[in-house]
Amino acid sequence: MTDTLVQGTHSASSRPEGSRPGAVLRRAEARPIIEIQDVVKTFGDFVAVDQVSLTIREGELFALLGGSGCGKTTLLRMLAGFERPTAGRILIGGQDMTQVPPYDRPVNMMFQSYALFPHMSVEANVAFGLRQDSLPKAEIRDRVRQMLDLVQLGPFAKRKPHHLSGGQRQRVALARSLAKHPKVLLLDEPLAALDKKLREQTQLELVGIQERVGTTFVVVTHDQEEAMTMADRVAIMDSGRIIQVDTPHALYEYPNTRYVAEFFGTVNMFQGQLIEDEPDHILIRSDALANPVYVGHGISARGGATVWVALRPEKLAISRVQPDSPHNWDQGIVEDIVYLGGISTYHIRLDSGALARVTTQNLERMAEPDITWDDRVFVSWRHDNTVVVTG
Amino acid sequence: MSGAGEGPGHGLGGRPTTGARTRSIAEAAWAAAGRDGERNGHGRTRLQWLMARFGRGTVIGIPYIWLLLFFLLPFLIVLKISFAEFRIGLPPYTPLLEWIEGGYLQIKLAFGNFLFLLDDPLYVVAYLNSLKVALVSTLIALLIGYPMAYAIARASPTWRAVYLLLVILPFWTSFLIRVYAWIGILKNNGLINNALISLGLIDSPLPLLNTEVSLYIGIVYSYLPFMVLPLYATLEKMDIALIEAAADLGCRPFKAFLTVTLPLSMPGIVAGSMLVFIPAVGEFVIPDLLGGAGTLMIGKVLWSEFFNNRDWPVASAVAIAMLIFLVIPIVVFQYYQHKHAERAEES
Ligand SMILES: Nc1ncnc2c1ncn2[C@@H]1O[C@H](COP(=O)(O)OP(=O)(O)OP(=O)(O)O)[C@@H](O)[C@H]1O
Ligand SMILES: [Mg+2]
Repeated sequence: MTDTLVQGTHSASSRPEGSRPGAVLRRAEARPIIEIQDVVKTFGDFVAVDQVSLTIREGELFALLGGSGCGKTTLLRMLAGFERPTAGRILIGGQDMTQVPPYDRPVNMMFQSYALFPHMSVEANVAFGLRQDSLPKAEIRDRVRQMLDLVQLGPFAKRKPHHLSGGQRQRVALARSLAKHPKVLLLDEPLAALDKKLREQTQLELVGIQERVGTTFVVVTHDQEEAMTMADRVAIMDSGRIIQVDTPHALYEYPNTRYVAEFFGTVNMFQGQLIEDEPDHILIRSDALANPVYVGHGISARGGATVWVALRPEKLAISRVQPDSPHNWDQGIVEDIVYLGGISTYHIRLDSGALARVTTQNLERMAEPDITWDDRVFVSWRHDNTVVVTG
Repeated sequence: MSGAGEGPGHGLGGRPTTGARTRSIAEAAWAAAGRDGERNGHGRTRLQWLMARFGRGTVIGIPYIWLLLFFLLPFLIVLKISFAEFRIGLPPYTPLLEWIEGGYLQIKLAFGNFLFLLDDPLYVVAYLNSLKVALVSTLIALLIGYPMAYAIARASPTWRAVYLLLVILPFWTSFLIRVYAWIGILKNNGLINNALISLGLIDSPLPLLNTEVSLYIGIVYSYLPFMVLPLYATLEKMDIALIEAAADLGCRPFKAFLTVTLPLSMPGIVAGSMLVFIPAVGEFVIPDLLGGAGTLMIGKVLWSEFFNNRDWPVASAVAIAMLIFLVIPIVVFQYYQHKHAERAEES
């Protein structure tokens, strides 16, 4: 954990990088492969994608994350060419592809339903794209073999899709969409049809395959953990708009809006007023918290403005001892304890009536927890673990 | 949420009494339900046994009884007559079984009727002609019906319902009346000729009625819904994502149709073609009303054998021969198709 100061607005360069730092640093200088410029898509009166601009770099594993119906699939389908943007431009590899039909685009898509051809064998499915380019037979055979080895489906080459398990079908779909060596692979909820355990395993497999083939992946998902596990960068979408684009780490630690803070992980959110606004620190007074909130840097809001204090559960500490500070603590009653094995979440009902969730690690097997139901406890946090958002 | 904290062995020392109490109540309720269920279960089992024994049998049996009564029995009667000989009287054929002197039961099978069919080229020609007409009609119906079914399957749900209704609508009028309506349309002073003449495009009426053309119009028109409906059913089930996947992999629309849509709609094509082809072979009314004097079709021959010549045995032999020549190829075809599908699945 790097102790950078928490800032309302911050520069990208000062931030620690995500879970795959090497990859991200390498890609920071990479060329853009997809440029989405002010793209709008409407269905009748309904605006499904609203003024989206986005640059995806070569070799990146990029995730589009958002709730149901926020326009992720629509955006992806515009990249594949199945939908034409109502306005705006889409550049792929520097070329304007806005009006180019799907069969002439250098991208391939892995469908959520997999869309495997049921009348063709696994082999024929994977070969389908290569056949369209009329490659020599021997080359097609080699490439198909290569792809099936990549997804470990060699022994299943002659089977029909409906004789495969869900996980195997998913891998056939992946092999088929990678066979043509596309510049970009688009994946629409690639793991949604798998059960939880297989999904988690496949997430890492997918990342491994992506690193091996080096293709740019654009993954649509509505699962925040999946985006965090897999992606180099994540774009958070809401109602057709992009709210924030950043590394998973930055989205978690430096959300720029309330929506992102709440969507990306769990958070305690308290509304308050800016009562002191200095360049080197600010003070926030919240009806939900007994003491003012002190943050050791300035923000771009004026005194008196409404702001939100976002506190991650793991960054709160609980204790029976009253903290010795005028700021950044409160007290309440333990209302509930959720034991999750590695961690426990305490639900603390503050005296204001607001609820604070605090997670603690269960480090010792035999330890008797000293805080239990209905205890009166103090909740505190460090000022540099405080995130302040203005909207 | 609180439930997770109340589990029995977690180390947080919660409120174990609550958990235990809840469980004991639940156990009691479960035990009570069990006893109850047993009592009810007993009565139900006997009823279920009766149902299983007779109820289900009846439900499955009804179609079989239906087939037995209205298909197999008439077929056997026709088969019997086909082995009899013509005679003047009532019934107009000789009996198959006869008591003769000495208390013997005599069975007389006359194969002459079948040999006669081979003797007179009329029957073979009529049969081949029927196959030709049915085949051509099926192809035309497929060519017209496929785009129709495709368009309906891809239309928006509201329009889909309207189009389907339009396809089925003709069934609300009697088949015979609709064929007669075609006479009105095609005859010399009918709708088409009058329209063309009044437009000044032709001077004298085109001979449309009682030609090959009118015959095909009649058959295709009558059986088109039987082609469209099964095609629609398969096309509608097909996932659009498959076409998109083909396009995504670099396949142009027409090739995607040939390599994906067409093979996947094969069951619909086969079903629709059978539904048109089989009745078209034996069709009698349409060739009689719309076909020309030279239109020789087996159904028409059958009709004249029965009603004009009153030669029931020969007519029956024609019917049986037609059935055999029609059914056997179809059964063989289906058998191979089935085997092919199975083999494809195994590999
Ligand atoms: N062809 C269409 N016609 C009309 N509305 C559409 C069409 N396609 C999508 N929409 C609408 O656009 C919105 C965005 O749809 P989209 O499929 O992109 O959502 P999504 O983010 O992928 O959601 P999910 O996570 O549920 O898949 C939805 O409200 C949807 O109803
Ligand atoms: Mg979607």
